[in-house]
Amino acid sequence: MTELNDIQQQALKCAIQEGLPVDPRPYQVLADIIGSSEQEVISCIEKWINSGLIKRFGLVIKHHKLGYNANAMVVWNVSDELVDDIGERIKQSGLVTLCYRRPRRLPNWNYNLFCMIHGKDRSQVLEQLEQLREVCQLNEIEHDVLFSYKQFKQCGGRFHKQHPSSPSTPSTYQWNIEKKAVNHG
Amino acid sequence: MMSIAVDALGQKIIDRYQKGFPLSATPFKDIADELGVLEQDVIDCVSSLQQTDVVSRVGPVFNHKKAGDSTLAAISVPEELLSEVAEMVNQFDEVNHNYAREHKYNLWFVVTATDQQHLKKTLQAIENKTGYPILNLPMEQAYHIDLGFKLNWS
Repeated sequence: MTELNDIQQQALKCAIQEGLPVDPRPYQVLADIIGSSEQEVISCIEKWINSGLIKRFGLVIKHHKLGYNANAMVVWNVSDELVDDIGERIKQSGLVTLCYRRPRRLPNWNYNLFCMIHGKDRSQVLEQLEQLREVCQLNEIEHDVLFSYKQFKQCGGRFHKQHPSSPSTPSTYQWNIEKKAVNHG
Repeated sequence: MMSIAVDALGQKIIDRYQKGFPLSATPFKDIADELGVLEQDVIDCVSSLQQTDVVSRVGPVFNHKKAGDSTLAAISVPEELLSEVAEMVNQFDEVNHNYAREHKYNLWFVVTATDQQHLKKTLQAIENKTGYPILNLPMEQAYHIDLGFKLNWS
């Protein structure tokens, strides 16, 4: 079996970043668009998953449509020697969806560890944060909680030029979340 | 916002296929076989999840680092100008998430680009357009990324 050439691979990235067609033979539909075989399309996507270019392949959910309306970015000021260790601990806790290290930008920003907590409401998120502080022994660590209160845009990262027939339609949502004073001790 | 009810089949499909969507000639048939329903039921269910916008797409989540370069950026905007400035930021195709958050830095967005140079130029262009300096916080290390997390349906 031949591999897709560069132009076909580029075209396939463009096509799938918009989502698979909901059709009994979705990969065949894509193959027809880019001028290849169904099996070549499947193999190429498999290759991208195995190489890590694609992190996951499946249904992408809009959590707020399911009532997951509260999300807080929790930022911590952790000593550089401990940050990897604590990052791993936070991962192990199973209480966060994301955990990253990012640079400090002094004097305006002195936090270097970021994690994200999702929940159905603010109190659930704060409860989860308390659990996290307890389980990971973070009680002494300076932190801040940044709840989101409005979503202006959310779409998958677009690295590839749009197919002319599928213009990007940035979405703007207004979340009906009452902005309350942050209450996190 | 009212949350949208998802029926039992939809819940099963979401729980099982946020990752590992079948890479076979007939993926919807494979799902149907696994869940013991008809292929058409799965297709109808996924279509309806897309129509109600519970599912934004069935497809890849690319690794930003490998697909290009990306960063988390924040700016501090007077609250009364927030929507206006957010719209300016949204105009950039390179911006894929853009949220208001409760902080002095109240507008947070992710910028992705094909390479580092393009990323730098984009950040500069956003600064020029909005007139606010950007806090540029590129990822240095990922400890955990799981947005396909388990949902609580109760």
